[in-house]
Amino acid sequence: MAVPPEAAAQTAGSQGQAGSAGAEKPHLKRDRVVIRFAGDSGDGMQLTGMQFTAESALAGNDIATLPDFPAEIRAPAGTLAGVSGFQLNFSSNEIFTAGDEPNVLVAMNPAALMANLEDIPPNAVVIVDREAFTDANLKRAGYNSNPLTDHSLDKFQVIQVDVTKLTTLATHGMGLNNRAVFRCRNMFVLGMLSWLYQRPTQSTIQYLETRFKKTPDVLEANLRTFKAGFNYGETTEMFASSYEVPAAKIKPGLYRNITGNTATALGFVAAAVKAGRPLFLGSYPITPASDVLHELSGLKNFPIYTFQAEDEIAGVSSAIGAAFGGAIGITTTSGPGMNLKEEAIGLAVKVELPLVVTDIQRAGPSTGMPTKPEQADLLMAMYGRHGESPIPIIAACTPADCFECAYEAVRIAIKYMTPVILMTDGQLANGAEPWLLPDIEQLPPIKVEFRTDPNGFLPYSRDDETLARPWAIPGTPGLEHRLGGITGENLTGNISYSPANHELMIRIRARKVAGIAQEIPPTQVFGDPDGGDLVVLGWGSTFGPIREAVKQVREKGRKVSHIHLRYLNPLPKDLAERLRKFKQVMVAEMNMGQLLKMIRADYLIDAFGFNKIQGRPFKVSELVTRIQRALEG
Amino acid sequence: MATALNRKDFVSDQEVRWCPGCGDYAILAQVQKTMPEFGIEPHKVVFISGIGCSSRFPYYMNTYGFHTIHGRAPAIATGLKVTRPDLDVWVVTGDGDGLSIGGNHLIHVLRRNVDLKILLFNNKIYGLTKGQYSPTSEVGKVTKSTPAGSVDFPFNPITVALGTHATFVARAIDVEQKHLGEMLKRAHQHRGASFLEILQNCNIFNDGAFNDVSDKGIKAEHQLVLEHGKPLIFGKNRDKGIRMNGMRPEVVVLGTNGASEKDLVVHDESNLSLAFMLGNFEPPMPTPVGVFYAVSRPTYDAAMNQQLEESQAKQGAGSLAKLMLKGDTWSVS
Repeated sequence: MAVPPEAAAQTAGSQGQAGSAGAEKPHLKRDRVVIRFAGDSGDGMQLTGMQFTAESALAGNDIATLPDFPAEIRAPAGTLAGVSGFQLNFSSNEIFTAGDEPNVLVAMNPAALMANLEDIPPNAVVIVDREAFTDANLKRAGYNSNPLTDHSLDKFQVIQVDVTKLTTLATHGMGLNNRAVFRCRNMFVLGMLSWLYQRPTQSTIQYLETRFKKTPDVLEANLRTFKAGFNYGETTEMFASSYEVPAAKIKPGLYRNITGNTATALGFVAAAVKAGRPLFLGSYPITPASDVLHELSGLKNFPIYTFQAEDEIAGVSSAIGAAFGGAIGITTTSGPGMNLKEEAIGLAVKVELPLVVTDIQRAGPSTGMPTKPEQADLLMAMYGRHGESPIPIIAACTPADCFECAYEAVRIAIKYMTPVILMTDGQLANGAEPWLLPDIEQLPPIKVEFRTDPNGFLPYSRDDETLARPWAIPGTPGLEHRLGGITGENLTGNISYSPANHELMIRIRARKVAGIAQEIPPTQVFGDPDGGDLVVLGWGSTFGPIREAVKQVREKGRKVSHIHLRYLNPLPKDLAERLRKFKQVMVAEMNMGQLLKMIRADYLIDAFGFNKIQGRPFKVSELVTRIQRALEG
Repeated sequence: MATALNRKDFVSDQEVRWCPGCGDYAILAQVQKTMPEFGIEPHKVVFISGIGCSSRFPYYMNTYGFHTIHGRAPAIATGLKVTRPDLDVWVVTGDGDGLSIGGNHLIHVLRRNVDLKILLFNNKIYGLTKGQYSPTSEVGKVTKSTPAGSVDFPFNPITVALGTHATFVARAIDVEQKHLGEMLKRAHQHRGASFLEILQNCNIFNDGAFNDVSDKGIKAEHQLVLEHGKPLIFGKNRDKGIRMNGMRPEVVVLGTNGASEKDLVVHDESNLSLAFMLGNFEPPMPTPVGVFYAVSRPTYDAAMNQQLEESQAKQGAGSLAKLMLKGDTWSVS
């Protein structure tokens, strides 16, 4: 296992850290730690969490993150509504979730403590900024007495640090105003925890240098504070030891840390490069999808066109126009934008143009909880259009998996000349994990063949195998033809109101989409492929908690398995047969039972649901409890 | 071009299915007649439409065509034009399609100045849905959905377009074939979003809506033909003109009350204020036809493609391998 040089330097001790003094403290080994950073939405907790994640990834740990922030940009300071959190699980073993409950909570103020207290197990470490526990802040958070002095936190290991004062001291003499100093507090915390868990600090220093290149005094203040936090950990009596979480034994290769939205964007870029076509993204900003637009808009040299449309409908429509012209047309959105796009998606179904519609789900209905995840758009993706308009659906299961799924969505869209719906969710979008960089050469080919031969050209003739119609793009001599939403005659596409023809066209398109099942890989069963007492069926971001829960129950010797679906439409050919091998089928989803309905309706399998609709992912413990209850009958 | 094109090259094999007497026939005929003069082969031309009687237009042109969804043609055309600047892209829409359900897309495509030729057929009525009032119908319009008369205040397509700072705004009339042909040519010559309102008669649901400007007997008295650099003169005997009375335009009869041609307003296509003033003319003022406004401004599609080219020139062609390595990487062996 190769540890990056800076990580090696760190795990060997703390040499090279500026200003370190005093005797070296012992390192205690831990195989896994869950930290939650919580503060006001202006406190920089997401940044702190992301940077700690980057440091942990560089240290070679397996990581999983769960950002959890309010929809308001800046809710009133010190209130429960404004609490922003970032949870990180880092481990020397393979992990699947960001962890049920934190071992360490960093609470920047009373509200952050109050909002997270119920998730914290006894004996957890709670690090607080003592100075933030003022009467005013306590009142704002709803405390009647100060938890730091009223013994209500006695079951935790509370570490009180004067973060604000120490930050002020670290930046003393720089002439910064209070506000500027206050904004560096998160760096003190990051420095302190970087020491506590022996994280390599180089990536954070580099990050700060890049971010504050143009404001040297802010850079200096952040660096000073970060180092002060690190040194504080080492020199103070506050911590008796630091902890070491050794690198994980993970698959060899080159890794980077990636969020789901970045992976989705990269998957699209990879597909466009492999297809040798320009990419066009038509999109309207919406949480949590906007980052895909941001990522792609910086890649004009690929070439990638990004069009920030006037609304969701224009977003998808422009992508259809681009696809008509031979580009790879993509649109990205979340639930409330998805249904606005449905009419246009129906058009793409009818005219049979390739298009990828990305629904990065959030909690609904209506505006719902924009920053919280849910999986409740599945039936909209399946049936949300007028008329009979089947569309292939692919769902990603982890942040890194978004890359493959985005790539696969483009591949299928082009191969079958159909819109494809790609589903992720807010948790995948913002969550991060180490990504084993794929070998570009090994990605499946994406062959684009534009029809050029006018001899015998018919806009709706079909490939024998895929039933795809030809992609005949404007500008090609002799292929002039008209597409449209009105039912067209088979082969010619000319307007036709013939009843039999209408049914024929609907059946052909349904057959085309159903036929994609031919190339869907056989269902993988984690556990007992030949059957057992119970199988948990899931899709999307619930992969991690389900896999972990099934693993835990199996370790107790129970015959429980896990099947995870990437392809929701069509479903894998062998799925029903696989499921029938189990005595019980439990479908776990962050909705009221949408996949459950499909399974019961399509296969007449008497599956039951385990459903959570709280805008929060499943806890492993919740799943374990439910599985055990089912096994006990 | 090897061989000269003619009208037939732009006529598709599809049977035209508008109501007998519909103004759309005249527009189709004039487009098919004018198109060969542009010197562009049919395979480089695309007609995109929304929904409505006018939007059946693409089926009848032997070019590439896309009959899309209600109101969204400008957005679909934008995606096409931006990625395929080599194509000559036309949008055909109506007053309902373009100004009602698609109003949002129309104003944005105009303000962005995407290089599209937009033909808005205005018949002041919903034809395809059989006779409801439209966003251009006058207040008090009695229709199937407004038996007591519409209380809706209408849109004026010309001033809506001018309000977006569209770079080419013009009006023509279905039956004024020669003038329509000229306007199509002007619209086509213009680089950027060309907005051409075509007053079009729906003889089934709103017959005669534009009689005053289209009826042979009286039209000269009601129609003001705009020509750049020329005074605003109209009338059968070309004896009437537009003069400014302070800030207000007024109709004068030349030779009476001391009014002479030199007192008249001279049309200037680059003057947005003048264009607005003319766009707001309604009876008893004459109805202006011709080019209200035409200025040059960089097009959206060209600007976007320029950014792509500059980005490629500066950074080289995008490297997927490099992009994947962005940020911190580490290797595990």
